[in-house]
Amino acid sequence: MQHGKYRFIVGFLAVPLGLYALFVVWPFIQSIYYSFTDWTGLSPDFAMVGFDNYTRMFHDDIFWKSLEHSLLFAVLLPVVTIGLALFLAFMINVGGRRRRGGPVVTGVRGSSFYKIVYFFPQVLSIAIVALLFAFAYNPDSGAINAVLRGIGLDGLQPLWLGDPHLALWCVMAVLVWSTTGFFVVLFSAGMASIPADLYEAALLDGASRFTTFFRITLPLLWDTVQSGWVYMGILALGAESFAVVQIMTTGPGGPDYSTTVMVLYVYQKAFRDGQAAYATTIGVALLVVTLAFAAIVMRLGRRERLEF
Amino acid sequence: MKTTETPAPVPAEPGLPVTKTGAPPARPPRQTHEGGVLNVFSHGILVIWAIMVVMPLVWAVMTSFKDDRSIFSSPWSLPDRLHFDNWARAWTDAHMSEYFLNTVLVVGGSLIGTLVLGSMAAYVLARFDFPGNRFIYYLFVGGMSFPVMLALVPLFYVVNNMGLLNTIHGLILVYIAYSLPFTVFFLTAFFRTLPASVAEAAFVDGASHTRTFFQIMLPMARPGLISVGIFNFLGQWNQYMLPTVLNTDPDKHVLTQGLVQLAVSQGYKGDWSGLFAGLVMAMLPVLAAYIVFQRQVVQGLTAGALK
Repeated sequence: MQHGKYRFIVGFLAVPLGLYALFVVWPFIQSIYYSFTDWTGLSPDFAMVGFDNYTRMFHDDIFWKSLEHSLLFAVLLPVVTIGLALFLAFMINVGGRRRRGGPVVTGVRGSSFYKIVYFFPQVLSIAIVALLFAFAYNPDSGAINAVLRGIGLDGLQPLWLGDPHLALWCVMAVLVWSTTGFFVVLFSAGMASIPADLYEAALLDGASRFTTFFRITLPLLWDTVQSGWVYMGILALGAESFAVVQIMTTGPGGPDYSTTVMVLYVYQKAFRDGQAAYATTIGVALLVVTLAFAAIVMRLGRRERLEF
Repeated sequence: MKTTETPAPVPAEPGLPVTKTGAPPARPPRQTHEGGVLNVFSHGILVIWAIMVVMPLVWAVMTSFKDDRSIFSSPWSLPDRLHFDNWARAWTDAHMSEYFLNTVLVVGGSLIGTLVLGSMAAYVLARFDFPGNRFIYYLFVGGMSFPVMLALVPLFYVVNNMGLLNTIHGLILVYIAYSLPFTVFFLTAFFRTLPASVAEAAFVDGASHTRTFFQIMLPMARPGLISVGIFNFLGQWNQYMLPTVLNTDPDKHVLTQGLVQLAVSQGYKGDWSGLFAGLVMAMLPVLAAYIVFQRQVVQGLTAGALK
């Protein structure tokens, strides 16, 4: 297999690697370099300014707000989404009525129907989902307040996205709505591969079904949960939070910066305010947060791998 | 009947027949009880979540057939009649047809490019030993966890300097580049699982490396290509952040951008029904395709996370 091997390798790698280097790797390196300059993005001239941008960032209140919101997204969203998904997946796979002579643990009737429906939001663009909910949250003509009126709660008509105290939670709820189904399906696949004897033995020994969840299901599913956690956290820090905050909240960034997140702040500084260098500085902070998040989750979640 | 949501643990009952699959007709009574409560409870929860998922979508479809006045006065009422004119207005006046065409062109080009270039790189990385192999592999894979927005600031100027800003082919090249990390990661693992003997036999028979790849290895890798193809198709079809930054010319807008643009401009014109028609128009093809290819889509989207 030696003949022409290197020519072949170079021939096959050149185009993909070149494209990747030019459009992905090179901009990443550049942006770290630019964070030490005073480049505006509007003119090609710039000078090195050392750590000025970083000093400015540490004194920028809006930056701290965006960092706080991004951290909240990265910590809270995976917990809520994955928790809810585990719960629903467990209900789908273990909540079934035991049929005469059948296995001890069964899925509910119509489990495949639930899985199909729950997955709907996952195939839709987050931009479309964000638009849809922006209208649903509309205080006067939106679907949500209309439901509240319909069940007699006329006094309870929140402004939702217009209320600085509520806006961030509204945005988060949309991300929970749109990502839970994916994890339900993912965890269901994992749960289906856990041998039924394990549940049988535990139930015979007197464990309740809820004990079996914490003692059997969760430990055996841990690897999937952990990679799902990292995946969700990266999405919540990056593209998904950009789309929902930019599309749904006024400003964008919410009333009184109540929903602004780091990724949106980078975008606004670079493409709205003409402060490209400062934008890359915030981008570097976002990179640090993302990598630290992934490292912490991998570290905290490390345990003996269980074979079954 | 127990009404608590979490039933107490069933006490171990000695002397019961060991319940094995397909064994005794007599069941311990407590367990039946518990199973029943849990069953009602779990069905209840599952139905509630299903309603929460479906209702916003149903609401959107209903609204797209209503006139503007009833959208505002009674958001949940059924349309008095089906206003198909909303859809016609969205398709032509609101330029939805152009957004569709742009999206099809961009996604078509980038999907083919991603699969061809991704499988070439993955094949070489999976099957050949050469200095720098691991480095290049991790260079690709590392791209999955980096925040794309950081690169987008300089990328805008890179693309601009090459004269590719606001062009369909420029957007295609960028989509391919940002789809490569996952594609290479996934397909490298897939090519490693294919038997080496077939390729070796072809090579002994005089086929070149290139021919072996295109005529033997690619057909063998079909299941992997379908999975990663669906993953990339949905990711690229639904992409919002890349075109928002790199494709600001309204004539070149893709579907997601076009709709957001529409929401802003229709806000002034007050044509909410047309906007909802546009939203539903963009949602339905993807949902329909998902329902038809349900198994493959789920496999494609969960494949990465299960690895």
